[in-house]
Amino acid sequence: MSNKPVPVPDSETTPFWEAAAQGVLKVQRCTGCGEHVFYPRVVCPSCLSDDLQWVSVSGRATVHAVTVVHRAAAPFKEDLPYAVALVDLAEGPRMMTQILTDAPEKLAIGDAVEVEFRRQGEGPPLPFFRPV
Amino acid sequence: MGRNFRDAVAITGAAESEVGILPHRTEMQLHAQAAKRALEDAGIPLSEVDGVLSIGSSHGTRMPSVQVAEYLGICPSYSDSTSLGGCSFEAYVQHAALAIDAGLCNTCLITYGSTQRSGGAGFGGGTDPWLPFSQFEAPWGLPMMTGAYALAASRYMHLYGTTREQLAEIAVAARAWARLNPDAPRHEPLTVEDVLAAPMIATPLGKLDCCLVTDGGGAVVVTRADRARDARKAPVWLWGSAETHTHSSIANMPDLTVTPAARTGPAAFASAGLRPQDMDLAMIYDSFTITALMTLEDLGFCGKGEGGDFVSHGRIAPDGEFPMNTQGGGLSYTHPGMYGIFLLVEAVRQIRGEAGERQVPVNLALVHGTGGALSAGSTLILGKEPRR
Repeated sequence: MSNKPVPVPDSETTPFWEAAAQGVLKVQRCTGCGEHVFYPRVVCPSCLSDDLQWVSVSGRATVHAVTVVHRAAAPFKEDLPYAVALVDLAEGPRMMTQILTDAPEKLAIGDAVEVEFRRQGEGPPLPFFRPV
Repeated sequence: MGRNFRDAVAITGAAESEVGILPHRTEMQLHAQAAKRALEDAGIPLSEVDGVLSIGSSHGTRMPSVQVAEYLGICPSYSDSTSLGGCSFEAYVQHAALAIDAGLCNTCLITYGSTQRSGGAGFGGGTDPWLPFSQFEAPWGLPMMTGAYALAASRYMHLYGTTREQLAEIAVAARAWARLNPDAPRHEPLTVEDVLAAPMIATPLGKLDCCLVTDGGGAVVVTRADRARDARKAPVWLWGSAETHTHSSIANMPDLTVTPAARTGPAAFASAGLRPQDMDLAMIYDSFTITALMTLEDLGFCGKGEGGDFVSHGRIAPDGEFPMNTQGGGLSYTHPGMYGIFLLVEAVRQIRGEAGERQVPVNLALVHGTGGALSAGSTLILGKEPRR
């Protein structure tokens, strides 16, 4: 069984993980300034408004940076090599993810990817991404 | 230029504890050993220390300055355990100058100790489940810290066409300097081919693009200027300083190719009334080859994207025109978690003319520390003479 770290939702992040369980990617949007916000917060980092609403986003993103991991500690060792990336959602926010692909070395910055939720161990489904 | 708070102080003592692989040592022993050596170097008695600025790397050291002060028998009037990761110590020099100039204290002792190599206590971010890292980064298996710097390097190389060979030049130069340092652990020569052939950790960073992982500690004594003139050795003067942080985790770095040095470099030069070309020595945090490369650009030693050319052809190696990381750096000398204290110690030795076979002519030195995932930066400019 996997011992990989799993998210433990809290009062700030539960809506994100509940949406993930439905296969929907949600982030916050600030009603004060209109910015999309990720990771979840109680105040907007652009304008400090505390009126943040959860909105569904397209799940489309672009690879901003990517590394192919060749050496990792125990729980991830079985997956080597794998690609960890920072992806920019079409709506703006950047998030860390793993890219699902059989050819991680072929991934390039600028590649279009889309979200694909997958379970990893006991936790809620995680927003992996896959090349379009 | 008018007087500023930096003119109130000088560095009078600097020393390392034992460094290397030290399974027989605790973190606190290394703080204390370095503190003793630094105070002896300064010729200043423990009884004069009234400021303590300390941090360690293990999770066991809660309230680090309080623990260190108790261990050494100090009841300070200024206490500081600000954590900027690896650049905490450069920031501490600035904090010490502020505190001394404000009259809060007269003699500040800055210490570090770490057994991250042998202690097995782990290093880096916490594991509390509410942390954004725990929920949104840890599940992806990015090896820390190498993976964070690999992501920045991937973006940087994509934008500027910098090659792995150019990054390797930084590791090769560091080893060449380390060969002149009798205390460095590795003296065998290193080539660009060796760096490229080393096992890949996380593309584009291989094992030899990464710093050593060691135990060790260091300490620096910062003294009120009038007292500094009576110290055992010639004082090292503080000309300029700055600190900042731009994010905590790599996913939140505003621009993966622009480090905190882009803020602290210009601020430190402005406070000193100097320019990059005035520097005789650069001590640049080299946790990874990419760290040093981007920092050099952001400090203004070369243009953005020009770092690969800048570090090539032996420029930063012994006998090159740009002496840098002369004790071998984190890449080939030592790197016990937070390496910034060792940058300071080497800069002081070089300015004093105590660097032995690796000595270069130095009147002015720049020291730049980096903390976290390119998160924090602090720059100091130090001089053999007081600021004019």
